[in-house]
Amino acid sequence: MALLYTIATRIMYAGILLLAVIILNFGMMHLAPGDVADSISQSMGGADEQVLNEIRATYGLDKPFIIQLGSYIGKVLRFDLGYSFFYTQPVSQLIFQKLPATLLLVITAQFLALIVGVFLGVYSAQRPNGISSHFVSFFALFGYSAPVFWSGLLLLIGFSLHIQWFPVAGMRDVTIEGNFFEETIDVIRHMVLPVITLASIFLALYSRLSRATMMEVLGSDYIRTAKSKGLTDREIIYKHALKNSLSPVITLAGLQFSAVVSGAILVESVFSWPGLGTLAFESIIARDTPTILGILFFSALVVIVGNLLTDLTLRLVDPRVRTNK
Amino acid sequence: MKHLIKNLFAATAAVSILASAALAGDTPKRGGTLITALGNTPRVLNPAVQSGIVTGFPGAQLFASPLRYDEDWTPQPYLAKSWNVSDDGLTVTLNLVENAKFHDGAPITSEDIAFSVDVIKAHHPFKSMFAPVQSVDTPDAHTAILNLSQPHPALMLAMSGQLMSIIPKHIYGDGQDPKNHPRNNVDLVGSGPFKLVEFKQGEHVILERFDDFFIEGRPYLDKIVMRIIKDPQARVIGLENGEIHLSGFESQPRNINRLKKAAHLTATPEGYGAIGPLDWLAFNTKEGPTSHVKVRQAIAHAVDKNFILKAIMFDTAVEANTGIHPDSPFYNGNVETYPLDLDKSNALLDEAGFPKDSDGIRFGLTIDFGWPGVKPQVEYVRAALKKVGIDVTVRTSADFPTWAKKMGTMDFQMSWDTVFNWGDPVIGVHRTYLTSNIAKGVWSNTQGYSNSTVDEILDIASKEKDPEKRKALYAEFQQIVAGDVPIYFTNTLPYHTVYNNKVGNPPLGIWGTSSPIDMTYLK
Repeated sequence: MALLYTIATRIMYAGILLLAVIILNFGMMHLAPGDVADSISQSMGGADEQVLNEIRATYGLDKPFIIQLGSYIGKVLRFDLGYSFFYTQPVSQLIFQKLPATLLLVITAQFLALIVGVFLGVYSAQRPNGISSHFVSFFALFGYSAPVFWSGLLLLIGFSLHIQWFPVAGMRDVTIEGNFFEETIDVIRHMVLPVITLASIFLALYSRLSRATMMEVLGSDYIRTAKSKGLTDREIIYKHALKNSLSPVITLAGLQFSAVVSGAILVESVFSWPGLGTLAFESIIARDTPTILGILFFSALVVIVGNLLTDLTLRLVDPRVRTNK
Repeated sequence: MKHLIKNLFAATAAVSILASAALAGDTPKRGGTLITALGNTPRVLNPAVQSGIVTGFPGAQLFASPLRYDEDWTPQPYLAKSWNVSDDGLTVTLNLVENAKFHDGAPITSEDIAFSVDVIKAHHPFKSMFAPVQSVDTPDAHTAILNLSQPHPALMLAMSGQLMSIIPKHIYGDGQDPKNHPRNNVDLVGSGPFKLVEFKQGEHVILERFDDFFIEGRPYLDKIVMRIIKDPQARVIGLENGEIHLSGFESQPRNINRLKKAAHLTATPEGYGAIGPLDWLAFNTKEGPTSHVKVRQAIAHAVDKNFILKAIMFDTAVEANTGIHPDSPFYNGNVETYPLDLDKSNALLDEAGFPKDSDGIRFGLTIDFGWPGVKPQVEYVRAALKKVGIDVTVRTSADFPTWAKKMGTMDFQMSWDTVFNWGDPVIGVHRTYLTSNIAKGVWSNTQGYSNSTVDEILDIASKEKDPEKRKALYAEFQQIVAGDVPIYFTNTLPYHTVYNNKVGNPPLGIWGTSSPIDMTYLK
């Protein structure tokens, strides 16, 4: 019952939040000087004034703000995200075209970061002052603080130029027309560098967090009890301590995962990965209001759903959350 | 008749060039996939409704135009096997090749020419290209007669490259808006040497040889893959490791110099004469200190072009002294060039009535720029003008539309700008100087420049049939503008085409990659 109540209130809040997201973003886009006619004009190397005015009229940009906003909200309520000025196709179609590539990149990077990060965190928590522990900390911090366009490029120079193991950009090599197996291998080859780049950011967060919580857990009474029972270190860590130290990590993973678009924008741009991040970046540059609003709306939706799912997962993993309402 | 003879000569010349190439052992080879790069996603692949360099490359492969140009700015037959301009300059007759087909097999007829002219007139951003065309007569399937309201020499260049794409009437004439026609990007039926296989926005454009192309044996390539790679560094690495065979419009000086060093690559500035990209410092001539011609001249004397060419462009760009690209036959470099001279600059500012105050400052000015790439030039201008007592504030715009809005409404004092010539001066040059085009959006006459003599010269030049007289008119125009300095011209944009040495016959004509690459092959 409590669960249903939680979900119901959450959905109500989500509706209000989404409306606020739309109005706020629409307003901000409107405040910025210039419009999509200017960016279309840029893509064309200039345009006659008459053409610019025609573009504005076609997309209703000559109408008052409140009418534009009203018609947009009306459309969204009918599950229509509008028509992209710049890409000349429906925004929802555009988003769902680009979504799989981003999901593939972000999910893979998240899992890689989660597994490696937790492992490194647990490992270094056992000897917090050992050399290898410091090495892990340094490595994680470096990955976190290095800007992705720099670390991405460094990887490109290293593994695309000097050691030509991985391709430089995109998601697949269109000149390869092989069977399913060959194409999968090709996509994996394209994925390696962007996944590593993206994972290096998350990795630091996960390893630091799991290190800290693990150290805390290792100092608690029941671990001492377990030790005195004569359990091995391995049993203590993986059977008892790990489960208890995981819940903050899961919360963090859930929050991070919600940021599907934001996390990947730069990485996608560096590697020309054909996903939502690149689309967001391009549509901002092009001042393509319907596409930007569509992506923001979609991201808000993902964040809200993601947070809800995180809560539910925590209830499963951690009984303490279940008892206190 | 004159044209026919000229054509005959040109054709003979072309044959002999081909023959000598064959003797040299450079025989074009059929087959292969050329991998190229595009620096941005084309909005629409149909150049009849969308201009611009990213649409130009795929657009010129998908659609043929009546004419094409050689390296010497001489028109060559393409969809039109011959053409004739009447003595009064008011009718232009195109005799079309008879075996030309669209990609769906339908023949290309004069009806399609007339239809394409209508669509371009109505929807192309450059209105000046076909404004004087009143009507197109189609006496038979392979003759199209363009009736003009006045002689219009710019029409020749406007009928080439990406500017006059012949689109099928039976597809685009279905009553839908050609600008947003569903078949601009999908199921596209073109008239050019290559047909569309797939266009994925943000990923690639894939083109395939059109086997029924009207020129026997061409194109040589089986396939062209245009990978959309926005990051210049990624393109550089792709060229270096051989993943990409050819990339046009590379403009970062450091990248160009780096690519020049690779043994398997060639980087050349050839092929940008018609596009004609120029960098310049624009002034608001209507308001503030820059409304004084002496102030503008003083600024010109204080800004050192050599510094820009050497320290910012690393010798990849060349000096430009007028609003016409140095590669154009209309270029006249013999104008006032304002070499670095701080004494003269100071003297001019004193004469203009702006003495230095006790801090050595005469007045403040702002400078705008529209994209991050030109920040070094802008910072240099700030430092250079400090020396003559002008305190410059750099105004950064959040993005292109923000800057475009400022320019279009003349809400600026100085701005760094890059403007393209687009072939004939009528198309891309006049717009910057005509009194009738002041403040009509970005890349109009955003300087507010108004000189009745210039207006008159440009008007006469747009109608002058005799090429030599036209050239003289533009020479005079360039001299007057250089004296008035509504704009201080500095350099060409260092666009380079970079290609792997296994690419034979890369597109280095006046239209570069915005022309059909049916003669390009892989060795």
